[in-house]
Amino acid sequence: MTAIYTVIPLACLAAALITGLFGKRIGRRASHAVAIAGVALAFALSLVVYADVRAGNLFNDSIYTWAVSGGVPLRIGFMIDELSAVMMVVVTFVSLMVHIYTIGYMADDPGYQRFFCYIALFTFAMLMLVMANNFLQLFFGWEAVGLVSYLLIGFWYERDSATAANLKAFLVNRVGDFGFLLGIAAVLYLFGSLDYGAVFAGAERVAQQSVAGPFGEWQWLTVICLLLFVGAMGKSAQVPLHVWLPDSMEGPTPISALIHAATMVTAGIFMVARMSPLFEWSETALSVVLVVGASTAIFMALVGLVQNDIKRVVAYSTLSQLGYMTVALGVSAYHIAIFHLGTHAFFKALLFLAAGSVIIAMHHEQDMRKMGGLRAIMPLTYITAAAGSLALAGIPPFAGFFSKDAIIESARHSDLWGAGYAYVAVLLGVFVTAFYSFRMLFMTFHGKSRADAHTRRHLRESPWVVTGPLLALAVPSVVAGLMFFEPVLNGALFGDSIVIAPQHDAAAQLVASYEGKQGLALLFAALLHGITTAPFWLAVAGIGGAWYAYCKNPQLPAKIAAAAGPLYAILQNKYGFDAFYQKVFARGSLRLGEVLFNRIDAGLIDDSIVNNSARTVKWCAAAARKVQTGFTYHYAFAMIVGLFCLVTLFVWL
Amino acid sequence: MIPLSHYLALGAVLFALSVVGIFLNRKNVVILLMSIELLLLAVNINFVAFSHFLQDVAGQVFVFFILTVAAAESAIGLAILIVLFRARRTINVEELDSLKG
Amino acid sequence: MTFLQFAFYCFAAVLVFAAAGVVTVRNPVKAALFLVLAFFSAACVWITLEAEFLAIVLVLVYVGAVMVLFLFVVMMLDIDLAELRAGFARYLPVGSVVAVLLVVEIALVLARTFSPERFANPPPQAAGHSNTRELGEQLYTVYIYPFEIAAFILLVAIVAAIALTMRARQRPDAKRIDPAAQVRTRREQRLRIVQMKPQRRPGARASESPGSPESPQHPDAPQPESPSPSSPPSQSTESSPS
Repeated sequence: MTAIYTVIPLACLAAALITGLFGKRIGRRASHAVAIAGVALAFALSLVVYADVRAGNLFNDSIYTWAVSGGVPLRIGFMIDELSAVMMVVVTFVSLMVHIYTIGYMADDPGYQRFFCYIALFTFAMLMLVMANNFLQLFFGWEAVGLVSYLLIGFWYERDSATAANLKAFLVNRVGDFGFLLGIAAVLYLFGSLDYGAVFAGAERVAQQSVAGPFGEWQWLTVICLLLFVGAMGKSAQVPLHVWLPDSMEGPTPISALIHAATMVTAGIFMVARMSPLFEWSETALSVVLVVGASTAIFMALVGLVQNDIKRVVAYSTLSQLGYMTVALGVSAYHIAIFHLGTHAFFKALLFLAAGSVIIAMHHEQDMRKMGGLRAIMPLTYITAAAGSLALAGIPPFAGFFSKDAIIESARHSDLWGAGYAYVAVLLGVFVTAFYSFRMLFMTFHGKSRADAHTRRHLRESPWVVTGPLLALAVPSVVAGLMFFEPVLNGALFGDSIVIAPQHDAAAQLVASYEGKQGLALLFAALLHGITTAPFWLAVAGIGGAWYAYCKNPQLPAKIAAAAGPLYAILQNKYGFDAFYQKVFARGSLRLGEVLFNRIDAGLIDDSIVNNSARTVKWCAAAARKVQTGFTYHYAFAMIVGLFCLVTLFVWL
Repeated sequence: MIPLSHYLALGAVLFALSVVGIFLNRKNVVILLMSIELLLLAVNINFVAFSHFLQDVAGQVFVFFILTVAAAESAIGLAILIVLFRARRTINVEELDSLKG
Repeated sequence: MTFLQFAFYCFAAVLVFAAAGVVTVRNPVKAALFLVLAFFSAACVWITLEAEFLAIVLVLVYVGAVMVLFLFVVMMLDIDLAELRAGFARYLPVGSVVAVLLVVEIALVLARTFSPERFANPPPQAAGHSNTRELGEQLYTVYIYPFEIAAFILLVAIVAAIALTMRARQRPDAKRIDPAAQVRTRREQRLRIVQMKPQRRPGARASESPGSPESPQHPDAPQPESPSPSSPPSQSTESSPS
């Protein structure tokens, strides 16, 4: 099996190298064939691995020692267990769909081969991250997906907005990565090893140690977990490091689907789930995770209400859903977080690709106010987008319902500090989510067309390479919840790969409520439970509200916006995060740089040190020049003085 | 008999006079060259005196060579002087300050 | 006081007087004559030291040759004597102080190191002793190589003196090369660009002309007016005032 493990990421890397280095030579057709073949191979082998893992064959070993530094071996290795197997399947499947979709979406783009190179490279990096068995490789994958994300957001590098967005993504991620790197350093310092196995085994020992810090003693594991979570906040776009994700919509739509919905941003979620043996020892860290996730879930969803760019709506919904996953992490329901990660990957990729399909049809127009009435023209896109929206809103029996309901129930059962706030937040979030997702659906596909005449004439359904992946993604968006609800809950899906301390196990009470039920009975009970509790009705209310506001009475939103006034402005400004960062960090560092340049560099170093030494030499030389009069008798006098000194020396000796 | 120190004193006085001559003379390069000849003469007197008092003829050999080199030096020095005069129409030391830094 | 002592002090006094004269008199001719006197006195002093050969050489070479050269130069140069010594008195105090200090210091060194007790007077040489022979034996055996080098230095000095002072011949038909002028030369001095009509050499190959329609001049055409036949044809198409 080791060979298969190795081949999975390397197939993607090979595809990336071939398309990247020889793309121009082998042409477009061969490029996408190579890339898709590589990723398809990785997907097929991931299924093999998944089946193998389900059969009980786990793997955790290093296969290559890259370097040994200070007695610490830096290794490349794989940890194949239920968690990574699930992630591998999700990543390679969504990636494969995006590859196929790209053929249609990027058909007339000059950077076709480059794009395939990037996304194959991205799949490689994500697989390395997911399959890692040590922190170094995790960090490698972490930074590599960040790099590819940077490249892809700025894929259309002629656009100023794209380069600004990729710079922003990179810089914001740096903030998170800094914490992540510190966390890894702390792990190495305390555990003396970077391997997961050794670290998890030593967690109990380290949990006893603490360190003096601000506000008293800090448990070391709390420090480590918080630092690692800072990294996750950057990568998974949690408040307040979320600002890069909406801007990353400057990239091509397949990328938004692949990176900013399905895979890369889930790296943080995956990482925290992977680190569950560490996080379980620190309730403080869990509470922080919980509160940050809950805040992201509700506040980003609210911003999604006022967006008019179709991709930005989906982007804010991604932020919100990432918040849901983080809430699940916070209440120790790691398996449910990964469950939601999986279902979300399917329906969010579906929604993005559907949005992309619409954008293709609208000739790269992304403003929803200029759409409408596309239902009749693009039936396949409409049906799949509707399925995605229903899944997103959490309507049973779509995939999103099961995972989201489990998260809400877990939050309700948790007695961690901040759980009450989180419960309210995610509950309200359901309404808002349903509202904005159907607002998008209604504004795009229902009502009268608001497009201009030229665009309207050319409207038609997208080609099969676009609709094919939509359909392929729509299937798991609908059935993934039904299929995996039971194995997730009873622990069959994740086995021992996730560790939950009994006192934190909020999801256990959820399981307890379905005690004794199995198979269809369990699903039926879950559906029944869903329909009889608040979240479902909130979602229905959200859909109804969206329908009323955007189909029945289209003037209402404007009135509400006018009435809400400052509240609406706050949402429009996204709570002022961007302006704040712009003013404080961007301008602050600019000011700091100016001061450093003017005072330190130009003033101290250039002028005081460099120029002054030159000036000193000049002064000395000017003084020495005076000695050189050019008159013979002055030289003679100097000779006499020298002679005088010499003879004086003789006299005294 | 005349002691060695008297010869040496004579050399010293001669040496001092010629050094002062170089130093004082600000107008005429020819006098400068003459002072240099005097300087060499003062040294030569010392050499000869030591040669005599030490009963070693090497000192006189040395003087011989000094005379040779001094003759060559004055010949070239005067040649340069003439070229200089042709070029500048002067041999005034105070005007010859091309090497001023 | 013996005669020898008397002679030494006399000659020493004359020597100091003459040296003082050299550095103080205004007239360079007089200075040169004082120098002759100084050399002569020094030669006499050397005789008291039994260095007869060197004394004669000093008189012959210096008084006879070098000083004549000096006088020659002094008279040859057209020097304004009046201003030559102006400002002399200004520096005299400084010079005197320097001289006195120097003398005192040298005297101190001499008194401490070369007292008569430590350096007794050697016995006079035998009547038949030849200083010249003694010197010659040394020069032509032990010091043969330095001697050769000294000879060579003198030769170089002769050549250098001639080379330095010899003026270039003024005859107008003399053929000379001025390297500076060669380096400074400009294109206009060597190349003249003329404009002329296209010409065809009688019986030339007609097929070559259409090959370069932009060049009105046939590359192989005779250019009687062009000073540089090897200049490329494209240059001759440029218009220039000719």
